[in-house]
Amino acid sequence: MYGNTSLTAEEAKIVNAAVEDPAKLEEFEARISRGEKIEPGDWMPEQYRKQLIRMIEQHAHSEIVGALPEGTWITRAPNFRRKLALIAKVQDEVGHGQLLYSAAETLGKTREQMLMDLLSGKSKYSNVFNYPANTWADIAVIGFLVDGAAIVNQVINSKGSYGPYCRALERICYEESFHLKQGHDNFVYLATGTKVQREMLQEALNRWYRPLLHFFGPSDRDSQHSEKLMKWKVKLASNDDMRNQFLDQYVPKILELGLTLPDPELRRGDDGIWVFGDPDWDEFKRVINGDGPCNAERLEVRRYAELAHRWVREALMNPKEKYVTPMA
Amino acid sequence: MSLDPRINRLDLKRVNDGEQTASHLITWEVFHQDKRGKQPVHAGIVHASTPEQALMFAKEQYARRGKTANLWVVKTADVYTFNSEDEAIFETTPEKTFRDPAFYKVRERIEAFQSKNKL
Repeated sequence: MYGNTSLTAEEAKIVNAAVEDPAKLEEFEARISRGEKIEPGDWMPEQYRKQLIRMIEQHAHSEIVGALPEGTWITRAPNFRRKLALIAKVQDEVGHGQLLYSAAETLGKTREQMLMDLLSGKSKYSNVFNYPANTWADIAVIGFLVDGAAIVNQVINSKGSYGPYCRALERICYEESFHLKQGHDNFVYLATGTKVQREMLQEALNRWYRPLLHFFGPSDRDSQHSEKLMKWKVKLASNDDMRNQFLDQYVPKILELGLTLPDPELRRGDDGIWVFGDPDWDEFKRVINGDGPCNAERLEVRRYAELAHRWVREALMNPKEKYVTPMA
Repeated sequence: MSLDPRINRLDLKRVNDGEQTASHLITWEVFHQDKRGKQPVHAGIVHASTPEQALMFAKEQYARRGKTANLWVVKTADVYTFNSEDEAIFETTPEKTFRDPAFYKVRERIEAFQSKNKL
């Protein structure tokens, strides 16, 4: 699972202003435009390295934190089959986090440092995980639509230029397709079930509609672009393009079940562009800056896991071993 | 009231003091063999302190689905590679067509010989 990330105006300025060795830069850019991948040992512009670390790290944190709202429902899954699927999915998400930390680690930032930066609030994770999963129907909506949105994002990112990130994403996308299918199954089951089940699902859908629109980040009109990041295939599609692709794929799958979305303005334009009502971008900003319904709780759980089990890691540590950056 | 049982049951404050010092478990390169007789293929890495633990994590991370015959783990520090600047040393290899079976074509010569000698 993952949400899109955007640059602030200042960050975009730094990326765009950075100066590099022109000969090496030319060779690097030529390689990318030929469609070749960049590998960890290659020369790369400092901003390429920095923005990739930031992006992959946020992606990794999103997987780890994203497992929390679903994890709480394992003990309350309605039957054994759903419980098995949910356990498998949550384990996958944590595994995805590990794969992504490894990919970011090849760029020179250690996994421990990334975990510390998550706990201190220095690194972000996808905003969508700061909302609670109040009922089992929320788990259906998350499994179907949040994972669906994440797949849109991840399939696009897997066409990027950094080899280790692409390899991790290929494995992740394969496993996410199981998440999506089991989520859709759960969603359809509730939508075609009893009156109570349908109501529960409709209410969950109403709760998740805005966070889902927020998922891909602010509108292109209000977010910063970096031509360089596009050219270097770090970012491959704009926020609005990804959001539109998501709406195109998933709104029909919601409506075909006789469910509704809480937005009277939502419609597909003749040009194929979806129109929707203002999803309250101020709320998006508030939540991203820490003031969401679950921000504190999510970090508290991570902090607990990290600190309460510190002694285990310390006991395992072999001081004679020398850490080296992983290669792939 | 949180829905997360860990929040409700655990005394978080008790474990919430003190700075965490960053310390690193070493990494292991994992090779996955999906079937007996097939080549083990590099799958990714795991963090672990011993080979046994590395294998355990490798099983969880890279053998959750599908078929697996075996897994190998090698300390990252024990793997050597060429520098990527040295990639040029492999550049002319595809030109060495004399190493390919397809380079050796004798049929035309045989046919020419046969027609000349009325065989």
